[in-house]
Amino acid sequence: MAAEKPRNQTIGAVRRTFAPWTDPDKKPLIRFENVVKRFGDFTAVDNVSLDIYEREFFALLGPSGCGKTTLMRMLAGFEQPTQGRLTLAGADISEVPPYRRPVNMMFQSYALFPHMNVMDNIAFGLKQDKMPKADIAARVEEMLKLTKLETFAKRKPHQLSGGQRQRVALARSLAKRPKVLLLDEPLGALDKKLREETQFELMDLQMDLGMTFLIVTHDQEEAMTVADRIAVMNHGVLMQVAPPSEIYEQPATRYVADFIGEVNLVEGKVISASSEETRLTSPITPHPLHVTQGLDAKPGDEACIAIRPEKLRISLDPPADTSVNCFEGEIWDIGYLGDLSIYHVELACGQRIKVSQPNLSRVVQRPITWDDKVWVTFAPHAGVVLTR
Amino acid sequence: MPMAGEKGRGRLFVIAVPYLWLLALFLAPFLIVFKISLSQDAVAQPPYTPLLDFSQGWAGFVDFLSGLSFDNYLYVLDFSNEFIEAYGSSLVIASISTLLLLLVGYPIAYAMARAPRSIQPTLLMLVILPFWTSFLIRVYAWIGILSPEGLLNQGLMALGVIDEPLEILNTDIAVYIGIVYSYLPFMVLPLYSALEKLDETLLEAAADLGCPPTKAFWTITFPLSLPGVAAGALLCFIPAVGEFVIPDLLGGSNTLMIGKSLWTEFTVNRSWTVSSAVAVLLLLVLVIPIVIYQNIQQRELEAGK
Amino acid sequence: MRRGLTWFNVTAIVLGFAFLYIPILLLVVYSFNASRLVTVWAGFSTQWYWALLENEQLIDAAWVTLRIAFFSSLVSTVLGTMAALVLTRYGRFRGRTLFSGMIYAPLVMPEVITGLSLLLLFVAVNFDRGFWTVLLAHITFTMCFVAVVVQSRLVTFDRTLEEAALDLGCPPFRTFFSITLPLILPAVVSGFMLAFTLSLDDLVIASFTTGPGATTLPMRIYSQVRLGVTPEINAVCTILIAIVTVVVIIASIVTKRAESLRQAEERAALQG
Repeated sequence: MAAEKPRNQTIGAVRRTFAPWTDPDKKPLIRFENVVKRFGDFTAVDNVSLDIYEREFFALLGPSGCGKTTLMRMLAGFEQPTQGRLTLAGADISEVPPYRRPVNMMFQSYALFPHMNVMDNIAFGLKQDKMPKADIAARVEEMLKLTKLETFAKRKPHQLSGGQRQRVALARSLAKRPKVLLLDEPLGALDKKLREETQFELMDLQMDLGMTFLIVTHDQEEAMTVADRIAVMNHGVLMQVAPPSEIYEQPATRYVADFIGEVNLVEGKVISASSEETRLTSPITPHPLHVTQGLDAKPGDEACIAIRPEKLRISLDPPADTSVNCFEGEIWDIGYLGDLSIYHVELACGQRIKVSQPNLSRVVQRPITWDDKVWVTFAPHAGVVLTR
Repeated sequence: MPMAGEKGRGRLFVIAVPYLWLLALFLAPFLIVFKISLSQDAVAQPPYTPLLDFSQGWAGFVDFLSGLSFDNYLYVLDFSNEFIEAYGSSLVIASISTLLLLLVGYPIAYAMARAPRSIQPTLLMLVILPFWTSFLIRVYAWIGILSPEGLLNQGLMALGVIDEPLEILNTDIAVYIGIVYSYLPFMVLPLYSALEKLDETLLEAAADLGCPPTKAFWTITFPLSLPGVAAGALLCFIPAVGEFVIPDLLGGSNTLMIGKSLWTEFTVNRSWTVSSAVAVLLLLVLVIPIVIYQNIQQRELEAGK
Repeated sequence: MRRGLTWFNVTAIVLGFAFLYIPILLLVVYSFNASRLVTVWAGFSTQWYWALLENEQLIDAAWVTLRIAFFSSLVSTVLGTMAALVLTRYGRFRGRTLFSGMIYAPLVMPEVITGLSLLLLFVAVNFDRGFWTVLLAHITFTMCFVAVVVQSRLVTFDRTLEEAALDLGCPPFRTFFSITLPLILPAVVSGFMLAFTLSLDDLVIASFTTGPGATTLPMRIYSQVRLGVTPEINAVCTILIAIVTVVVIIASIVTKRAESLRQAEERAALQG
């Protein structure tokens, strides 16, 4: 869509410094206050409080049925919260019907009106506002150009490809210049390659238009790619709200660590904990595990260390110092992915650990293979201690 | 709450219009039938007593209540008046007809569902087409065929199968033929839609597991088509019990069916109160199949969602 | 599997359709019989059709029937569509069970009961019987058939299309007319046609609820049929069959085309 335009030089600067959520004086655009939504006995959204700021690209991420879509539908006005308040630009919108909200949605199924052509689909929302005809025509033209659909204006939805329909849906939901654009799994129906391209186009579009985007997705890579911040949900509860890198490197709970990417969880007991570092005993090694992360815990408390597979080092020979975060095991299984290999290492205590190593050279003298005895280590700053 | 109000009004309107219509023209009439079934015939306009007279206030209401009686029901339930027999014979005729309809309809529906997809819509239309032509015409067509000098007897005599005309018209056999003929689309359509939904890979799986086709039919196809069988059977049975035109035109003077008795009671004997009692009892007989039918419809609706 | 034309399937279909169509075909053939004796063939003739033109009673009855069928199916289409919306869209509300009961019961209710009860209602409220009472009666029993036809289409209707319209600022009432109705129109039209034919066809309910001056065609045919088979009646029936056949075939071609187009559109619109 906007991919071939020369890059707006300020985008990088904006992206680098954009963090309104760290500014306590900044007023949020959207605010969920203790919102609960029940369907009969089922609690879809459980006491969610969440602030989303203007110009933010915000992602709701979670498995299906976690309540992310319900949260979005409440913002669109299709569901009313059972309890709590929902404000948009300071005004309570909990009871405003969907057709009076300055919020538009791009549906997962696109929901293009099958009996109208592309132009009429895009113009539909504008007509509802009784906009003058000339203005409607101009806006539709602009949207067609923005989404590169000029030549398809007179076609009906069934005469378009999946990617084209996706762009019509986007153009239609953007045409009214909503305060917030809601995207419900917008790229779910596209194939992988088109999806990745479109992700970057969406980001550029959001920057150029200066709009607030809220995307619902179950695809963590998509959320990580497009979003300024991600909210991870499970069973109707917000697990963590943070920028993508923080979600990945500083997961708040075992669930988040496990949901985003691959992780090894090593359970243990606290030996000592300060504001700078933590030491734990664990069944995987006789030596204490050492992590340079503070923890508010007493000796003897249960805790666990989460380590990403790519942050572990594997070798056939023992490292110089085997007393720091080092353990021995045997190769149980190998997954060769081309760019990297995944090693499943069985430790003496029975736990299996995943280690991934980039395949840096084409030929290796002595590759690691099945049943090899190997040493696995990690640096003290590579792991995260979790208590929840 | 502007939304609740607006939405509520529109919603209320859409519910209220058909609801009130049906209350006034479907439910209320039944209550009136019930009330009249407890009244007595009178030479007056309207031809029954007591009438509910509101000008008399409470006393009028008490008068009205004391005027009601179960006499009509006692009359209808009296064996000497042939109503009981008519109910019984209606149920028997409707049951046998439903069974015949199943026997005739199932192979047709099965063959249609197994026909190539491209010709299925045409077959479906051919089954529905006679239903669009008048019911009366379809019954009438059989008079010319079944009468003693009719085409069937002419044909059979020409072939030398029989020497003298068979008496079919004005017998129960003619009624069966008429019901089966007229109701066939109602049986075939639900059966077809149940059979057509059947996943063919189930039969392939059965064959793969060593089940021969005939056995697969009885263990897989037939049990899965049972909802269609039930819907079709009820869709034919219930109206057939109250059928009036077919026994009147094709049946004989000794063909007893309750629809015909009701009609005769109403038009010939002109007793509104007795015919009301007949109607109430007929409804009582049919209430269980009707409720079952509604449950099936409801389940279909839920399943479709 | 065993899809296709096995001998069993072919036999079942051929016999089934023979059973359905031979009586009607015979009736049509004998309407062209020169003899008054309907069962003896005496050469081709169209005289009975010409005789019809002079039968004013019959023409009057046909006119009454057509008017009733047209207006009753018009009203019952509106009411039935509303009822279908209530059944599929409004979830649970107090009195829903009674409502769905009142929709489904008339589909199987013996006509003698419906007819008698409506007649007694009209008498009780002192409503003069005639054209209007038959009209009301026909609206009542045909609207339930319309409701069932439209409902089966609404069940498969993708509601996100309506949500999309609401989301773009279109209020519910307008959404129905600009999105929902155009898309369910084929079902509404077939509901209308069904109501029309049912009304055209009805003998029992009309006989109960009618009054002076409103004799319908089925009533007229019935009173003559009771006296025996006549070639005039055969001719009337043939004309009716011809009209219905032509209309149904045209309608089914039109709706099939519209339907397949709609399905293609909808499938495509829903990601394909």
